[in-house]
Amino acid sequence: MRGRFRILLGAAAGVGKTYRMLQEGRSAATEGVDVVIGYLEPHDRPETAALAEGLETVPRRRIDLQGVALDEMDVDAVVRRAPELALIDELAHTNAPGSRNQKRYQDIEAVLDGGIDVISTVNVQHLESLNDTVFELTGVRVRETFPDRILDEADEVVLVDLAPQELQERLRAGKVYAPARVETALANFFRTENLGALRQLALRELSEDVEARRETRVIDRAAQQAILERILVLVTPQPSSQRLMRRAWRSSQRLGADVDVLWVRRGGERLSEEQAVSLAALRRLAAILGAHFLEEEANDVIAAVRAVVIDRGTTYLYIGTPERRRLEEVARGSFLARLIDALPGIDIRIAADRGRRRELLP
Amino acid sequence: MRLGRKRAAAARPGAPRLLVPFAGAQLDPAVLEAAFRIARADGAVFVPAYLIIVPFTLALDSPLTHEVEVALPVLEAVELQAQREQIPVDARLERGRSVRDALRRLWEVEAFDRILLPVSADERAGFGERDIAWILMHAPTETLALRPASGSVRARVTP
Repeated sequence: MRGRFRILLGAAAGVGKTYRMLQEGRSAATEGVDVVIGYLEPHDRPETAALAEGLETVPRRRIDLQGVALDEMDVDAVVRRAPELALIDELAHTNAPGSRNQKRYQDIEAVLDGGIDVISTVNVQHLESLNDTVFELTGVRVRETFPDRILDEADEVVLVDLAPQELQERLRAGKVYAPARVETALANFFRTENLGALRQLALRELSEDVEARRETRVIDRAAQQAILERILVLVTPQPSSQRLMRRAWRSSQRLGADVDVLWVRRGGERLSEEQAVSLAALRRLAAILGAHFLEEEANDVIAAVRAVVIDRGTTYLYIGTPERRRLEEVARGSFLARLIDALPGIDIRIAADRGRRRELLP
Repeated sequence: MRLGRKRAAAARPGAPRLLVPFAGAQLDPAVLEAAFRIARADGAVFVPAYLIIVPFTLALDSPLTHEVEVALPVLEAVELQAQREQIPVDARLERGRSVRDALRRLWEVEAFDRILLPVSADERAGFGERDIAWILMHAPTETLALRPASGSVRARVTP
């Protein structure tokens, strides 16, 4: 399974992409995820270096280029190490000759293909399609570019944003470049109008990306509003209710409906250990499905269901195949007949046990 | 309807539970067959658990519509096959930041008597060697790691 790819996009160096990448890596590590630094560009920033402490770093590959030693990410070592998450800075970087790939984004693709999640960073000016625009805006021709498809194919693109004035303050405070470079940077690339233009580019790029990702869902939402269905699933703490909930959720996706899940606990009912485990599993499943789990205590199940239907605006009730109790049916009518009487105007669906379909066969 | 046929097996109270976790969009039939044999021999409830990985950009308790759309067809195909084999089944969708995290969370709230792990170099079909090593170290119960038969790619259990 290909890893998930998250890109932290910034308008310019110094907005905090690398810092944010490390923060996310640390946070994931705290939650038990196996995280390594595949490549970190510390930019001689002490805060960044401090944040990287404690995270495992995969040793870099040293390449000798005409007597000059260059360090590059060792993509094969990262894949061999097989962490769950790799932090790889500066995806637009061009690798030294002799590296496995020409560009770092190609290294990242190899890591993703190894089933490893990746967080990476990049500035908007490196985007290939914006190369001319960036040149017109800033007068700087960016040499290191990456294809637009990399952004399109990423699972998530997040803007790391900083106002131009704040970025310039960080620059003056020596948090971005060494003091000797600050004045030149402020007079050239880091001019307020440049930073403002780049920031707008980054915001525009991100909003277009978000719109592209939302397009199909927006169409779905329009359909949802025209229907306004709401499903209620009646469950009991047993394995078959898992199937019932899942089937109701599938219907909800087709109908564009919200789902409520109801368990009616009989007054004073005590659950066995197995039932308690089943109930907890149903609650977890409801959370994964985005359903609302409701618990009511009542001796009259049908009255409790009716009250919830009215309260939640239910249009569609999902139940499992009711157990047939002959004596009760004779005395009070079947559960299903009473349910239909109690819920006029509500669709009722009885979910069958699909495993029994073969009983239909001759 | 013909009478006298067996209904899908119901678990007897206190029956042992056999966990078969998986995370990809398929499960090797060799693993499934082994799980059925073990469940039948032990009189155990078969618990296939699809593990959903929650990206760290989402809260762990977020609804996971997209992931569920991928998970449900394969989980239900596995479940249906168990029902056809008269094996009591109690399927799960579980989640975590990684497969290990999802398993750890599941172990914290449910007890299992045995775990059967699909092992594969192709992680779409099973757990990789690092995950297996971790699970063998941390699993709270007897764990069997099963390498699928070679060339079984053609016969994955898919929806």
